[in-house]
Amino acid sequence: MTDAVIDLRGATVAYDGRAALTGVDLHVASREVVAVLGANGSGKSTLIRAVLGLIPLTAGSLELFGTPLQRFHDWTRIGYVPQRAGATTGVPATVREVVATGRLALTGLRRPRVADREAVERAIATVGLSDRAGDSVSTLSGGQQQRVLIARALTCDPELLVLDEPTAGVDAASQAGLAQTLGALAHDGATIVLVAHELGPMAPLISRAVTMADGRVLHDGAPPDSDHLHLHDPEHAHPVHEAHPSTRHVWGLR
Amino acid sequence: MNPLAFDFMQRALLAALLVGLAAPAVGVFLVQRRLSLMGDGIGHIALTGVALGFLLGTAPVLTAVVVASIGAVVIELVRQQGRTGGDVALALMFYGGIAGGVLLIGLSPGGSNANLLSYLFGSLTAVSPGDVVIISALSGALLLTLAVVGRQMFAVCHDEEYAKVAGLPVRTLNILLAVMAALTVTVAMRVVGLLLVSALMVVPVATAQQLVRGFRATVVVALSAGVFASVSGVLGSYYADTAPGALIVVVALGCFALASVGGVLVRHRRRTSGDLLVAATALTTKEPTPR
Repeated sequence: MTDAVIDLRGATVAYDGRAALTGVDLHVASREVVAVLGANGSGKSTLIRAVLGLIPLTAGSLELFGTPLQRFHDWTRIGYVPQRAGATTGVPATVREVVATGRLALTGLRRPRVADREAVERAIATVGLSDRAGDSVSTLSGGQQQRVLIARALTCDPELLVLDEPTAGVDAASQAGLAQTLGALAHDGATIVLVAHELGPMAPLISRAVTMADGRVLHDGAPPDSDHLHLHDPEHAHPVHEAHPSTRHVWGLR
Repeated sequence: MNPLAFDFMQRALLAALLVGLAAPAVGVFLVQRRLSLMGDGIGHIALTGVALGFLLGTAPVLTAVVVASIGAVVIELVRQQGRTGGDVALALMFYGGIAGGVLLIGLSPGGSNANLLSYLFGSLTAVSPGDVVIISALSGALLLTLAVVGRQMFAVCHDEEYAKVAGLPVRTLNILLAVMAALTVTVAMRVVGLLLVSALMVVPVATAQQLVRGFRATVVVALSAGVFASVSGVLGSYYADTAPGALIVVVALGCFALASVGGVLVRHRRRTSGDLLVAATALTTKEPTPR
């Protein structure tokens, strides 16, 4: 496959001898929008962290854009949005400062130029936070903080965008905004892999779903009917959703 | 009498100026990583280095640089392995550093714990011409390094995992930060003293946090507060005839107290003037506040 973006074969990952992934294959072609679904502890986050080289494989092989991970250095082609409750640390930082760190993959040690600053402003505008660019990230809502992390991932115009639970703890309006942003990126030719409990407003974007259970791939193919997404996720099959399936789109409100 | 008329005061003030810049410049990254006490741990280890200098008959500042750097790198490696909690690694350093220092000073010829006192709390007359050269070179190197790698260091301290995926040399930068923290401690120990050096790395940063919203602004305010505290502390201790370290930290804490009050007022003003803006934004974006 010449346009393979991710080619993971027979991946096994173990923490302290306990297998978190067992013989997992994941092939993602250019321009695909893939959702990785599954319950907590099913291995879905481990899977995408392994794909990014953040967790070493105990067995198996990984190629990114046709290059084995050990020889892959072109990280500007990948935008990563980690799973995060917030985007704050011990010292305050503005939205612009945090988003600008995304450009470091490209600038390295040199000082940022006008083009770099423009790319940062563009990314902030993409997620609709231009009016908050000078504000401290800690003053933003959870959904807005998630948008900051997404903007950071967009500063290098990545070909592959990897998002770990981008909708967790995010309000419905922000989810819809996220779906809109991802839709535009997919339309422009980006490859997207996202981890989720539920797809919500992003469901129409998904071209393929990979469902994980116990560190193995349970299902890989057409996205399941959104009404059955809870089947393998007992923790999230809470009564509110079962009683009122029509309110599913507001699941992010906690 | 004009304190600048004395050579020792000129040296002490130059050292204070450099320490006031270097300590918060490195400290801001430790605070960002929520490792505020790391400077303390390294300070304790540096005490062993100072005592080793007395034992070997070499300059204590140099042995302190070497021992503190090794200790800081070991802590960082332990933290990276993630098997021992960072706080346990720090605790081991605290105890080992003090015990090693007192033990080695006891073994050194003519050494007594009194030798260690000026290193523990700083001393105006202790800054020798040789110390000034070492302090200038090291703090110059620290500030220059931060000017080059500051952006990358910020990214790593803000989100280590993201920095890895961005292809930044995360491991190298973490070890570099540990070594810079060790150098800062040894640079500052003659003026502030090992027991209080960490305060000059942390308190000016905490002061800045009360007043500003961004990282860059925090650095600027923290460096200003650091220089103000260290220079005025050294001058004050000349008149009051006290150990400079204590007065520097008291001044720094005073700045923090004032900034806290100022910060409350600033935030109150922002809130009242921002209420209308927030209401308008909420109406236009229709984004409900998460419960």
